[in-house]
Amino acid sequence: MFAKIVEISLGAILINNFIFSQFLGCCPFLGCSNKVDTATGMGLAVVFVMGLASAICWVIYTYILVPLNLAFLNTLAFILVIAALVQFVEMFLKKSVPSLYSALGIYLPLITTNCAVLGVVLLNVQNKYNFIESVVYGITGGIGFMLAIVLFASVRERTEFSDYPECFNGFAICLVSAALVALAFMGFSGMKIM
Amino acid sequence: MNRKQQFREGLITNNPVLVQQIGMCATMAITTTLFNGIGMGLSVLIILTCCNVVVAALRKIIPEEIRLAIFVVVIAGFVTIVDLLLQAFIPALSESLGVFIPLIVVNCIIIGRAEAFCQKNTVKDSFFDGIFQGLGYTCVLIIMCVFRELVGSGRFGGGLIDITNGFRFTLDGTGGGIQIFPADYGMGIMNLPFGGFLTLGLLIGLMQYALKKGEKKKKLEERAAKEAAAMKEVEE
Repeated sequence: MFAKIVEISLGAILINNFIFSQFLGCCPFLGCSNKVDTATGMGLAVVFVMGLASAICWVIYTYILVPLNLAFLNTLAFILVIAALVQFVEMFLKKSVPSLYSALGIYLPLITTNCAVLGVVLLNVQNKYNFIESVVYGITGGIGFMLAIVLFASVRERTEFSDYPECFNGFAICLVSAALVALAFMGFSGMKIM
Repeated sequence: MNRKQQFREGLITNNPVLVQQIGMCATMAITTTLFNGIGMGLSVLIILTCCNVVVAALRKIIPEEIRLAIFVVVIAGFVTIVDLLLQAFIPALSESLGVFIPLIVVNCIIIGRAEAFCQKNTVKDSFFDGIFQGLGYTCVLIIMCVFRELVGSGRFGGGLIDITNGFRFTLDGTGGGIQIFPADYGMGIMNLPFGGFLTLGLLIGLMQYALKKGEKKKKLEERAAKEAAAMKEVEE
């Protein structure tokens, strides 16, 4: 059990990193990586929501959708759960932990359309993880996302001062530098635990 | 509304991936074979067109405050339909696209078009907008697939074309494609995530270059026309 959890965590953080090897969550990854501070905020919000969404969606899938033979409606159910969850978390944080709420700011509502969150709950179902494994996969997947976005934000802060062709302004140069960061993460690919 | 202009916008001047720069996750992830690219492009085209029509038809009765929730439900419904159809009729495609078919729900292209276009336009305009934007997306996918496949493994049309027993299209994803140069000479790295990021980055750069050049040319022409008009006035 413990070995399996270690395997899932290392896999989600390094080997099958959500951004650099599965391409999940690229939009916020490129959109919110201007500064290291905002990237950290976004990363924290994603870790939080991904962990929570994995837990709730697992319960809903196993105890509601499967017994009712509605498993084919999982995409629809999950996206509604995530949207409601994000809204709920936003209200809860605003009331009880205003400091965290103001730190996360606009990133919280944006998470609804982050495909890493929907991706992780769909992958939980696809990989047939149990409850603990799902939650671990959700949280470590979020940590992998955070690692990627913080690393990339520091790379991107540097590209601002570098001299590249004018037509590469904006997303184009980001994607090219992301390719180089992905190259670094390729070093982990194919690694096996035990 | 002018169809020709809409067509131009969808394919070039307002291309969803290259100019609006949305919906990039799937674009980078699945463009490894032509089979995947065309399959994904057409799925998005169909879903986008259906959602556009429904949202445009309902635009007067959707309350402003909960419109996003309604859009998401409409999109998720159509995505589920397409997902099940693919599982039933083209299982190979459904398997190789994997989680990216259900993830069309959070693809920004569809919700973006619903928000930016269908809310303010008629059903007919929205229908054509869906088709043209979907075509623009499909074209980008095809360009990326062809480039990555060729550079990565020296092939064209993997999964879709089979030439072992004469030329034919394979819809079950088994075709080996046309080998243009031996696979050993290809840069295998282009088939990996690195290639996805790099190809899309270069493509967006190229597009920005082309659009800027077009603008410059237009400005120069305008200036020339103005000068000519001024000269005429002076002559008169």
